[in-house]
Order: sequence, then C-alpha cells, then structure tokens
Amino acid sequence: MPNFWKFLLLLLMSAVIIAVWVMEPPQNQLGEVSRLFYFHIPAAWVTVLAYFVAMRQSVLYLRRKELLYDVKASSAAELGTLFCILATITGSIFAKMTWGSFWNWDPRQTSILILLLIYGAYLALRSAVREPERKAALSSVYCIFAFPAAVFLVFVTPRVYQSLHPADSIIDASGRIQMPAPILVTFLASLVCFTLIFVWMHRLQTAIGRDLHREGKL
Amino acid sequence: MERKPSSLVYKGWCIFSKDLKSELRNRYAINALLMFAVTTLVAVNFAVGQFGLGEKLLAALFWIVVFFSALSGLAQTFIKEEETKTASTLKLVASPNSIYLGKLTFNIALLLTLEVVIVPLFFLLSNVGGANLLLFFAVLILASLGLAAATTLIAAIVSKAAVKGALFAALSFPILLPLLVTAIRGTELSFRGEVFMSGFSELKILFSYLVVMIAVSLMLFDFVWSE
Amino acid sequence: MSTAQIKISRLSKSFDGRDVFADITEVVSQGECLVIGGPNGSGKTTLLRIMAGLLRAGEGSVEYFLGNSVIQGQGLKRKLSLVSQDLALYDELTALENLHFLSRIQDCHFSEEELVEKLSKFGLTDRGNDLVGSFSSGMKQRLKYLYALLKEPKFLLLDEPTANLDEEGVRLVDKIIKSQKRDGIVVLATNESSELNYGEKTLQLGL
Repeated sequence: MPNFWKFLLLLLMSAVIIAVWVMEPPQNQLGEVSRLFYFHIPAAWVTVLAYFVAMRQSVLYLRRKELLYDVKASSAAELGTLFCILATITGSIFAKMTWGSFWNWDPRQTSILILLLIYGAYLALRSAVREPERKAALSSVYCIFAFPAAVFLVFVTPRVYQSLHPADSIIDASGRIQMPAPILVTFLASLVCFTLIFVWMHRLQTAIGRDLHREGKL
Repeated sequence: MERKPSSLVYKGWCIFSKDLKSELRNRYAINALLMFAVTTLVAVNFAVGQFGLGEKLLAALFWIVVFFSALSGLAQTFIKEEETKTASTLKLVASPNSIYLGKLTFNIALLLTLEVVIVPLFFLLSNVGGANLLLFFAVLILASLGLAAATTLIAAIVSKAAVKGALFAALSFPILLPLLVTAIRGTELSFRGEVFMSGFSELKILFSYLVVMIAVSLMLFDFVWSE
Repeated sequence: MSTAQIKISRLSKSFDGRDVFADITEVVSQGECLVIGGPNGSGKTTLLRIMAGLLRAGEGSVEYFLGNSVIQGQGLKRKLSLVSQDLALYDELTALENLHFLSRIQDCHFSEEELVEKLSKFGLTDRGNDLVGSFSSGMKQRLKYLYALLKEPKFLLLDEPTANLDEEGVRLVDKIIKSQKRDGIVVLATNESSELNYGEKTLQLGL
C-alpha cells in the first residue's frame, strides 16, 4: 500500500478514535458502553468481508490451481478470525453491560459465533494437512462448503429466538438510517478505516505467505 | 465378457452394496455408533432418574445423541478406504459422482439402522406420551438424510488429513448447526403433540438443507477426491 | 487393431518444494515396453501414479492415443490398468466378490464360470470364495494381475512387478508382459536389473 494511503489512514483512524471519545455517547440511554458501537459493527463487517474474500479466493484456487490464491484465501481467513474474535468480545461486553449477560443466543450473536466456528475449523483443517496442494484443495472446499450452512443459520435462528440487538433504535421501520450527522459520519469513517486496515493487513499477510512459499517453507 | 454400459445410479449402488457387504462382515462402524448411542442414552436417563425432562430438553437430548453417534461412525467409510489402500483402486475405476452417491447411501443406511435401535429405546426410557408420531418421523427422516448429506463430504475431507476423529467433529459442527437447531425444534413440536402443519416450516427448512447440501457436495466432491 | 501410443511431454513433479523429477519426455508406441529404473525413492511410483491419472502432474502432460485420437477420462480408465503395492484389493471380500465389483463398475460383466476359469489360470484355483484377507502376499499379487487383465487393457502399468512372487509367479509375469506387448503397451517400474531387458525404451530417475 503506497505510503500516501498509510498516512491518510493514520490520520483518519486517529480522528475517528478522538471523535468516538470526545463526542456524546451515541445512545444516551445505554450510556458510555454504546461507544463500542463504533468499533463493534465495523469489526463484524470486516469478519464477513474477510469470509467473502476467502471464499472467492478458494473458488479461484479450485479453478486455476495456483497456490497464490490459496495464500490469499488463508490470509483472509486468519484476519477474519482475528476480527471475529474482536467482534465477539466487544459484542459480549456490550451484551453484559446492557442486558446483563455475556451471551444470549440473540441471532446476531449466534451468526458471529458460527463464523468463528467456521474460521476455527478452517484453520484446524489446514494445520492437519502437510502437503501444500492437498491443504489448499481441502481448505478451499471447506471454505466454500461452509457458506450455505452459515446462510441457513443466519436465516433459521431469528425464527427461534427474538432479537435483542439494538438495531431497531438506529435503523427505523422504513429501513433508513436514523442517525444524527456527527454520529453517522464517525461511524462511516470507522467503517472505512477498518476496511482499509483489513486490506492493508491482507496484502502484508499475502506477501509474507508468498515469500514463505517460494522458500518452500509453507 | 460382456460390455454393458450402466448408469451413475447403478454404479453408486455397486459401491453401496460393496460397503454394505464389508460392514456386515466386520461391523466396525455400526458397532461404534450403537455403542455410543446406547451408552449416552442410558447414562443420561439414569442420571435424570424419576424426574421427567421437558419436551425441549428431550428433543435436544435425542439429537445430541444422534449427532455425536454419527460423528463416531460416519467417517469410517472413507477412512477405511484410505487406510487399507483401496482408495486408489477405487479411484482408478469409478467416477467421483458415483463414489459420492454410493458412500452417501451407505451413510444414510448406517444412520437409519442406528435410529431403528435408538428410537424405541428412547421412547421407552423417556416416557414421552402423546407425541405426534407422523411429525416426529418426518423430522427424523429428513434431518437424518441432511445429516448424512453434510457429513459425507466432510468425511472425505477428513480421510485425507491427520487427527481424523477430532477434526471430523470440528469441521462438522458449524455446518450441522442449522440442521440441529431446526431438527430439535421440529422434534420438540412433535413431542408436544402439536398438529403436523405446525412443524411445516421446520420440514421445509430441513428439506431445502438436504437438497442444498447434496448439490454443493456433488459439485465439490471431485476436488476433494482427486489429487 | 488400433495402434496405441503414449506421449509424455516435459513432465515434472515436485513435493514440498523439492523436485521429484523434471522435464521428462518420451514416446512409447504399440508393442513397446518402457522401463523406468532408479533407486528407491527416486519417484518411480509417483511417475506411474501420474501416468495412471491418480495424481496431477506438476508441469507437462501425459497423453494417450488409440488409433490417431486422444483418449482420456472414463474412456482411458477402461483401457488402462495399474498394478502396484499401493493399490490393494478389498480384504474383507472374497476374490470373486472383488472381481465382480471392480469389473461391473467399469461396465464389464463376467459370468461366474468365466471368473473361476481365470482364477485357475493364475494359480488361484478354488480360492474364489476365500476372503482376500486370507491370501498370502504372493496370491494377492496374482489376483491383482488377474484383475488388471480382466478388461483387456491397451496400457498396462506395473510397479515392481515381481515383488512378493515366487519363481512360478515370475514366469507368469514374464508371460503377461510378453503377451501385453503384442496387443498394447507396457510401462514397468523396477529396481531389478534383470527386468531392464524388457524395455525397448528406458528412463532412469533419481540422477
């Protein structure tokens, strides 16, 4: 990533962090804890983004059989795991402070959990296979195979459990975002920052992976 | 010698019969399944004792037993081929689709055999009265087919990796979670003696899960099976 | 009788970054035998597996021709047999059950009598209803040969053909190779220097 962008990202992220702490908490009833919203949702968003990146690279690997695609897929999955853990932890803290317990089987919590399980299983599979081509083929297949299951779960759980997520206080009945301007701007900026951080880390991770592979160490 | 071209289904059937014959002679997989299922069922019922569990818990218990039993035995069909070096022999003669269909059918047969033993035992031990049996069996069959469909591909993946047992569980769980949740809900409704149509949406989900899993497995199986 | 041919072009394979073999090119024609020599671990089995379609090549290709057209996929599978230590038969099935299963799956149907007769020809008289698990390794090897020849393959691939065989078994293999050369092609991987004589063409691996 060219240096100009890195610098810009640094500025933007710093601005976001300052804004998050200096401004009023976005949800007055919930108090200070609602500041988490600026970090929790972007983290969850990156988790999902990372999964789609991993899936796309897995499909490309199966089609063209070049190990670079596998490096990209696994890098995305590793980062996705990281952001998923962050999202789960921030979400649990929010849950504890707001609804009294860390885990509630709320549909969104369950969805992030299943992503964490899929990522974990993917990484476990990779560590159980030695040969690079077999590792790449098997993990690509699993990454793709897990997708329909995740979709099913996301659509199935809301039928079983009511949602406790405060989405309804931010996105109203007509689906439009009901956020006052400063909050909206900060939130979107945070979203952009998280995405750029992911892209940057992904490139670094891929470059490392590619070099390791060239030296025959992967 | 006669050359007679035959269909995919016939070839899948040949593979299934071969596996069935092997299994009937050795009984490795079915023994593992039954052992696990019966032990767990009896243990829990013993622990719970006089007090009945609610319908929700009973449904959950039933599916936990089936799920973990499946995990202990459904990967055998692929693992044994790799371990005894017959996998390459099979690979040289059969197409990936026929192998998948044959192994899937075998796993379905294994699971249904397990349930023939477990279901009466379960009803006996748990005193579930007034259940809607039609709904119960509809959920049971659809969910079992879906379970076999999802785990057959994963079994093929695991047979090519190390640490097979634990890996099979780790890989299967996220994929089976939606199936489990829906099956438990459907079974709970049947235990409550609810009308058949009340479980209809669960049956719809189970059916679509089954279809999707088989379709995706057929697409991906070749990538797992070929080196 | 269609002429068979195998064209190997620039075939390479590496595992874990290490080259097993590189840039192999060879043409084998009807009536010829290709002998692949080399010490243990030099990649002979890997090469045979790639040729049989069990393993993907790193680079390059192996093409099979019958008449003037390429055959591949299921069509090739019906004309190609591989006999190797890595390919086992089903121990928990009888010899006849193995043969029935493996031939039916390739669309070949044999009667019981035909198979029993073939068993005798390969020195396995009256063993048709015995579990393969009870066979000695020599007997298993003979059964593998029987199975390999059942479909009358044009291309016969053999990995260490006389391993586990007694004198009579070695003579049987000799007969098989000579007869196969009349009808098609033999590819043979071996450690034994005596077997090098079978080959019109030789490939040395592990240099």
